[in-house]
Amino acid sequence: MPNMSPKKVPMPEQNPEIRRHNFDEVALGYTEEMAKEEAERCLNCKHRPCVSGCPVNVKIPDFITLVAQGKFEEAYYKITETNSLPAVCGRVCPQESQCEQKCVRGIKGEAVGIGRLERFVADWAMEHLDKKPEKVESNGKKVAIIGSGPAGLSCAGDLVKLGYDVTIFEAFHTAGGVLVYGIPEFRLPKELVQKEIDGLVAQGVKIRTNMVIGKTLTIDEIFEEGFSAVFIGSGAGLPSFMNIPGENLNGVYSANEYLTRINLMKAYKEDSMTPIMKSRSVAVVGGGNVAMDAARSALRLGADKVYIIYRRSEAEMPARLEEVHHAKEEGIIFKVLTNPTRILGDEKGWVKGIECITMELGEPDASGRRRPVPVAGSEHVVDVDTVIMAIGTSPNPLLRNTTPDLETNKWGCIVADENGKTSKEGVFAGGDAVTGAATVILAMGAGKTAAKAIDEYIKSKE
Amino acid sequence: MYRIIRKEVLNPNVKLLEIEAPYVARKAEPGQFIILRVNEDGERVPLTIADFDREKGTVTIIFQEVGATTKMLGSLNAGDSIADFAGPLGNASHFEGVKKAAVIGGGLGTAIAYPQAKKLHSMGVEVHVIAGFRNKDLIILEKEMAQVSDKLIVTTDDGSNGTKGFVSDILKKLIEEGNTYDVVIAIGPPIMMKVVCDVTRAYNMKTIVSLNPIMIDGTGMCGGCRVTVGGQTKFACVDGPDFDGHEVDFNELMRRLSMYKDHEKDHICRLGVQ
Repeated sequence: MPNMSPKKVPMPEQNPEIRRHNFDEVALGYTEEMAKEEAERCLNCKHRPCVSGCPVNVKIPDFITLVAQGKFEEAYYKITETNSLPAVCGRVCPQESQCEQKCVRGIKGEAVGIGRLERFVADWAMEHLDKKPEKVESNGKKVAIIGSGPAGLSCAGDLVKLGYDVTIFEAFHTAGGVLVYGIPEFRLPKELVQKEIDGLVAQGVKIRTNMVIGKTLTIDEIFEEGFSAVFIGSGAGLPSFMNIPGENLNGVYSANEYLTRINLMKAYKEDSMTPIMKSRSVAVVGGGNVAMDAARSALRLGADKVYIIYRRSEAEMPARLEEVHHAKEEGIIFKVLTNPTRILGDEKGWVKGIECITMELGEPDASGRRRPVPVAGSEHVVDVDTVIMAIGTSPNPLLRNTTPDLETNKWGCIVADENGKTSKEGVFAGGDAVTGAATVILAMGAGKTAAKAIDEYIKSKE
Repeated sequence: MYRIIRKEVLNPNVKLLEIEAPYVARKAEPGQFIILRVNEDGERVPLTIADFDREKGTVTIIFQEVGATTKMLGSLNAGDSIADFAGPLGNASHFEGVKKAAVIGGGLGTAIAYPQAKKLHSMGVEVHVIAGFRNKDLIILEKEMAQVSDKLIVTTDDGSNGTKGFVSDILKKLIEEGNTYDVVIAIGPPIMMKVVCDVTRAYNMKTIVSLNPIMIDGTGMCGGCRVTVGGQTKFACVDGPDFDGHEVDFNELMRRLSMYKDHEKDHICRLGVQ
């Protein structure tokens, strides 16, 4: 008999009052008992709607059945048949709009906690399995992957399983892309990302750091080194600014810079060599997950007040509900329907406030969301000493500037078909570099699709 | 790991390291920079490429010991290795159509001006080099500069080497003596570049400056290196580091460079400042 409780087994979490002062993970994970209890809520539906909601087609009912039976090791292998990074996905996927949205249990009550169970299985495996992945015999064909973020890692994971000799080229000194520079420790511990990457390396994936493709090497030079195909998973790393007065004052950061200093360069550690502003009061502009990450990081670094400033209403916020909820619990102040008009500086050029205007919702715009329009005369100043712009990113121009035969669109995104094939022979692309800023799991899905297309491409050349 | 094959102490605070980095050496051009980390927990420090040898596969950097990282770097010797060395980053300098150029280096900026003078000289351009230092003990690259210039004036703020005056004063004198330059290249502390630009603006003489704002990645990702050029925000790492000096907002640049001054007092370090 399935467990018919309408609610998920609650996720143990750090108390908000305590966690707002530390960078330890917020969600603590299920115990074996909790996992089995939650797994028993799955009805094991014949038509498997959840699987169709997963960009990497994890065999969800199968692994959950194994969890319910206490067969955690088997559950892990079931997940990793299609997903190279389960510990990451279990934490940062927007399950509520993917697999869990399609869950039949969600019609009356809460969906099965698929993400929580995936995380449990991945963590259990890391703790209990001495993973010695079997190396697949090499077919001698070399594939190059540009970027070691979610798209690149998932593409690499699938190709290495097919016997390809895979090399990832990473511009930074550490692999992981947005998983290590962008998403904070309290949401995705870096040690765990490293373990997932170590797993790929153990299977034979090579990683070459400090390789800025477009600068150190061009794509054509990669082919000259004997690679049969190239996958571009270089992400969307170029931060956008609002182009309002005062944006170059001292104390204004892009979310990318702020989070990179904290995450990749470890400014959150007491003994770190990386400087970061000791802020008193912080305004984070934007309403996505990156804005939540920046705001919650600022709080943890000791700011007294942290504001989220967002021009639409809370209903339109692109951030995951869970992130908004966690941010509120921790004391982040939400100023919605508010848009910055300029940043004010003191006589020495440091931020001393942000002038905002109140907005109201008008007619729906192209995105289907109601367009925010300014309320005349509603300008007001919010007292802050730091402003973090988290209003989006676009793909880095380095690759397109040095690869003239690679077609890109007016937003600078690489043009690729549904299989990731680009305008350049032998070059495939996927993830944010193609779509513009999106989610980890969509990038992983694109990496997976491209891996299949690359395999077919190389075989067709033989 | 990237091995150091040669070390030279140019003055008590300024050191030269020649580092094995074949991929960077293959592509390096004057005006470009690299980002290095000394060890696994180190800062990412951008440094302009001072020289390169494509055949040997080496890149030379010259740096001043100003913070924890550059001190650590300065304590290494030939045979030691550093953890990371990425590049070449930024755009190469362009000198098409130049027949006569003034290359100006201020202090450590001389190390960055050197490859530019060398390149111009190799192109058959008439090169006048003005190198300025606070005093004679701080003079670097005098011999090297002499080899790549048609005229070399080394000047000191205190006159201790026999020539007294700021580089901007010397430049002004040369222009007044009838020298017309197709381009003036000024590299050094922001205040020096600003003053040089004030001089050349009066003569409507094209002036290129190389900027070194605070940055993390050097690939356009952090936006920390924002500079205002001609009223528009540019990223020094991908749009520069060379810019038209007459268009640069130097006051903003200097203010932004001071962002972590307080932090430096505590930790004696700075991320991204040469």
